Amino acid sequence: MALKKRIIPCLDIKDGRTVKGINFVGLRDAGDPVALAQQYADQGADELCFLDITATIEKRDTLVPLVKEIAAVLNIPFTVGGGINDVALAKEIIKAGADKVAINSAAVKRPELISELAAELGSQCVVVAVDTKRIEINDPTESSLNGFTNKVFVAGGRIETALETIAWCEEIERLGAGEILLTSMDHDGTKNGFALELTDLISRKLNIPIIASGGGGTAAHFEELFKDTEASAGLAASIFHFGELPVPELKKQLVEAGVEVRVVE
Amino acid sequence: MIAIVKYNAGNIGSVTNALHRLCIENKVTDDPAELQAADKVIFPGVGEAGTAMKYLRERGLDKVIKELKQPVLGICLGMQLMCHHSEEGNTDCLGIFDSPVKLFRPSRALRQAPSGNSQGEKVPHMGWNFLNTDDQLEHNESDPSENLKSGILDPRSLLMQGLAKQADVYYVHSYYAEICEHTIGICNYILPFSSMLQKDNFYATQFHPEKSAGVGEQILKNFISLP
Repeated sequence: MALKKRIIPCLDIKDGRTVKGINFVGLRDAGDPVALAQQYADQGADELCFLDITATIEKRDTLVPLVKEIAAVLNIPFTVGGGINDVALAKEIIKAGADKVAINSAAVKRPELISELAAELGSQCVVVAVDTKRIEINDPTESSLNGFTNKVFVAGGRIETALETIAWCEEIERLGAGEILLTSMDHDGTKNGFALELTDLISRKLNIPIIASGGGGTAAHFEELFKDTEASAGLAASIFHFGELPVPELKKQLVEAGVEVRVVE
Repeated sequence: MIAIVKYNAGNIGSVTNALHRLCIENKVTDDPAELQAADKVIFPGVGEAGTAMKYLRERGLDKVIKELKQPVLGICLGMQLMCHHSEEGNTDCLGIFDSPVKLFRPSRALRQAPSGNSQGEKVPHMGWNFLNTDDQLEHNESDPSENLKSGILDPRSLLMQGLAKQADVYYVHSYYAEICEHTIGICNYILPFSSMLQKDNFYATQFHPEKSAGVGEQILKNFISLP
C-alpha cells in the first residue's frame, strides 16, 4: 500500500481554448477546456495540467477567468503554467483556484523566483518545469553520461542554456520548489517511452516528486516508468486527447501490471 | 447555512467551489456571531500553522472555534490547528484533539536501495492515498460496538457512509497528526498517521475532500447531512 502513481493529462491552451485536435467521443466542443477538464476528471485522471501557450505578454485577461471557470467545475487538483514570470500573476492564478503553478523559463532567468513563490504560496504550489535534451560532448573533463550530457532548454525548447539538467534539478529543490515536471525533448512526441535513465537518476537524487513527461505512448511505457524509476506521476497529452489510450484503460492495465494507481468505480 | 471560517489560509475558494457543485449554500465569514449561528462550520486551510494561529488569536477566533456546538469540519491545516500542538513553528494550537502534529522525515534509506520495486517516500506527502488501512477496516468489521468501547469508531460510519472499502483521497501535507484516541481514519505514509479525527461535534480530515473527486464529494455530503 503506497501513495498512488498519478496520471496527468496535459492540455495546451491558447486564447482560452484548447489547441491540438482533441477527439473525445460525444464531446460537442472539443475546444472548450472546461468541458474537457470535467471529462478527464470523470474518467479518473488524478490531476490536470493546463499549459497556456498564448503568445501575448498580458495573460491576466484570458487566463485568470479561465482558471476560475475550471476551478468551479473540477473536483481534482490542477496545475497552470505557461509564461508565468512573476509572483503577482502566480498569486492571482492560485487565488482563482489553481492548486499549483508551473514556471519554466522565468525560473532559469531568475532562480530566486522559485524561493519567492515558495515563500508566498507554499512549496506545494510551486512546480518547476524543466525541458531537457541530451547533448553530445567532446570535452572529456565535463561530467557526462557516456559522452553525453543533459542540458536545460527554455523558450518552448528553442534555446539551449548553460545549465546541466541534474544540477539544475538539485538547485530547484534547494530553492524550495514542491515538484519538478521533467520533459525529455528527445522523447517528447515519439510515443517510444519515457526517458527512464535520466528520470531514474533525478527521482532517486531528489526528495521532491518528479512528474515525467515526453514519450508515453502505451500502458507498458507508464508501467516501466513507475517500476524502473521513482517518478511520482506520468504526464501525456495526445494519447489521451485522441483516445489512443483512454485514462481508464491505462489505469486498468497498470493495475494488472501491479502498479498502484487510483481506480474510479 | 454552512459557514466557512475566513482566515489567512489558502484554498478557501476550493471549498466554496466544492459546496457550490453540491448546491450547498455557504458563507465565508470571520464574524463570531455568524459562525455560532451556522448549522455547520467548515474550517479549511492551506498554509503555515504559526501564522494561522496568530491570526486566529488576534481575532479571538481560536476561542470561538473551540466552543462551537454544531458539527465542525477541519480540513488539512484546519485539522492540524484543531490538535494541541504543531511542530510547524513550534505552535500551540486549539487543543480539541489530543494528537501532536509532527513533521514527516523522508525515508532516505529506503530510497537508496538499488533499483527495483522499493519506493521512496518523499515529503510533502502529495497525491492520492488511502483513507483507511486494511487492518483498520478488518478491526472494525467484526463488531463495531467493540471498537467503540476501545475508542475506535467504525470508519465507515458517520462521514464515511456510502464509501467503498478502500477509498483514495487527495493529500498535500508535510506535517501529520499522530494517531490518538480521536483517530477515526488512518493513512500510512512513512508511518501510520491520522487521516481523520473526531471528537464529539468536531470532525477533521487531513486530506482535501474538495479535491478528492467523488469520494470527497460523498464525505462533504455526509458532513452536511449530519444531525
